[in-house]
Amino acid sequence: MVPLSWYILLGVVLFVIGAAGVLLRRNILVVLMSLELLLNSVNINFIAFGRIHDDFRGQIFAIFVIAITAAEVAVALGILVALVRNKSTLKVDDVTMMKG
Amino acid sequence: MDQGFFLLFATVSVITALTVVLARNPVHSALALMACFLQISAIFILLEAPFLAVIQIFVYVGAIMVLFLFVIMMIDVREAVLQRFLPGGNLPALVLLVLLGVEMSVLVFWSDRFSGSEPVPIGGGGDIRQLATTLFADYLLPFEAASVILLAALVGAIVLARKERE
Repeated sequence: MVPLSWYILLGVVLFVIGAAGVLLRRNILVVLMSLELLLNSVNINFIAFGRIHDDFRGQIFAIFVIAITAAEVAVALGILVALVRNKSTLKVDDVTMMKG
Repeated sequence: MDQGFFLLFATVSVITALTVVLARNPVHSALALMACFLQISAIFILLEAPFLAVIQIFVYVGAIMVLFLFVIMMIDVREAVLQRFLPGGNLPALVLLVLLGVEMSVLVFWSDRFSGSEPVPIGGGGDIRQLATTLFADYLLPFEAASVILLAALVGAIVLARKERE
């Protein structure tokens, strides 16, 4: 039997790696992929806690997280395509249109 | 047995996650992310959530990663490949990450409530029928809200990606 703390530690490691991708990389595509990694680490925690408490709500919230992630990726990639069409850049630092 | 499988899947998923962040080519990042999602779905099966594992493969590997690869193919990534990636360039963010990781690990190890083993499942833990009943009876309103959000995202993505024909 795998202890609960192992699952949580895996979630921690994946979360930190995903946060590193969001904070350190300057490529918008890789930043979006790191966001997926963050949401997946949260899903692992949800399902592990739901399993340990014999409760389905962990799995249900993981389903909702996956649905919202799908919506987020669709919108984010649409914005990305529009952005590349207008400014032809993929660097986060070059996107300063909303700075006012 | 379970622990060996868990360690295998966890190691591979961590290595592929590091590849996602460290690879210079976004195509390599996308493929590594796909491998990482497959490992995570295997971990879901270890957690006796087979439905979530299937959903993970369908939605992430089947839909989201294909979307990513299509966008990577539409966009010219050669410039992004050429630029150097130095992790040490952003020191405050690095310090913040180390603090985050240390804090969460200390909290997990400090608490003794997480060290217990899993309870023995009664009648095969992840019963999909019960899951569906909970989802469609108790959580019907959030489910409908999620469907409305997905529809709004669909329309928004089409409007954003459409070419202006003026």
